Amino acid sequence: MTIFPYLCVMVYWNLFSCFAKIGAFTIGGGYAMIPIIEKEVVEKRKWIDTADFTDIIAISQSAPGLLAVNISIFVGYRIKGIWGSLIASIGCIIAPFLIMLLIAAVFTDFKDNEVVGRIFQGIRPVVVAVILVPMINLAKRNRLNFWKGCIAAGCLALISFAGVSPALLIALTLLGATGYTTWQLKNQSNANKPQP
Amino acid sequence: MIYFELFSTFFIIGLFTFGGGYAMLSLIQNEVVVDHQWISATEFTDIVAISQMTPGPIGINSATHIGYTVIEQMGYSPFYCFLGSLTATTAVVLPSFLVVLWICVLFHKFKNNIWVNNALQWLKPIIIGMIGAAAVILVTPENFIDWKSWLLFAASFIACLFFKANPIHLLIAGGLAGLLLW
Repeated sequence: MTIFPYLCVMVYWNLFSCFAKIGAFTIGGGYAMIPIIEKEVVEKRKWIDTADFTDIIAISQSAPGLLAVNISIFVGYRIKGIWGSLIASIGCIIAPFLIMLLIAAVFTDFKDNEVVGRIFQGIRPVVVAVILVPMINLAKRNRLNFWKGCIAAGCLALISFAGVSPALLIALTLLGATGYTTWQLKNQSNANKPQP
Repeated sequence: MIYFELFSTFFIIGLFTFGGGYAMLSLIQNEVVVDHQWISATEFTDIVAISQMTPGPIGINSATHIGYTVIEQMGYSPFYCFLGSLTATTAVVLPSFLVVLWICVLFHKFKNNIWVNNALQWLKPIIIGMIGAAAVILVTPENFIDWKSWLLFAASFIACLFFKANPIHLLIAGGLAGLLLW
């Protein structure tokens, strides 16, 4: 019995260290993290089986926020409830947080350095390309048809040239989709009614 | 007061992020650069570059960095800047935390739910447009100073799209090229 509280703490510590490791060693974020999380959580620690893990990813993608953080909250909850999810998500963000804090603290001293300026001058156009390419890949993967392509282009124009808030567009889309689903369900139930 | 504003801004960013880090960039940019004008487009570009090259999700990295920079530019000491980082990072994660916990409780109801599936279908083109806008807004005269910038852009775009080059390697190559070209 005396070993019991020790075991409880160990579960939290394992959760924390597992996700801290995942957070600290994945460069590139989100989708790059999935195979690493799977290896740790499913193969090594056997906390969750493969089928459940696939479900967790699908649902994490449909929730707002960052994929890796959502997965950590999910897995943490599965293992140790609310406290587990809190510990796992803190583990997931602690290393990036500390590293960025350090960089932010020293960055202003380097920003006006002539050499650093030239380096960043070269990096900036690459940043634009590196954001643009995932957009194209995402469009290809989702096989956008003509109309959806027009909606995407319209969105792009509204945000970048008319200064419309992306949050507003998201909110309106969610509202529209909810309205559409209500209408769809209503039609279905009407169709299922016995005809007089 | 500024902390409250940081918190509410990043809470909204976290709440409306669907489709991962790149979609979040568009939200951050709109709120932080366009709306509040806490940092310039060029500073934002640099933060994105640094976030890409350091471990962790890009949304966490940029929230931490921006939270720090915003307070720093108001002339406060490093401790207050640290609090700014903490505020922004907590705020950006909090909505996910609340929503995911809520989903956990209703797990089986949420699977293959028609409401959720329809919403995700509708969101897809919007998210693609948002990511595109995040790139377009960064095409500024400060980021593209002359034809050499455009050359770098074209080269890295082609390398990434057609030759599947690693973005981190491209950013490092861009830095080296910058050192040699200017």
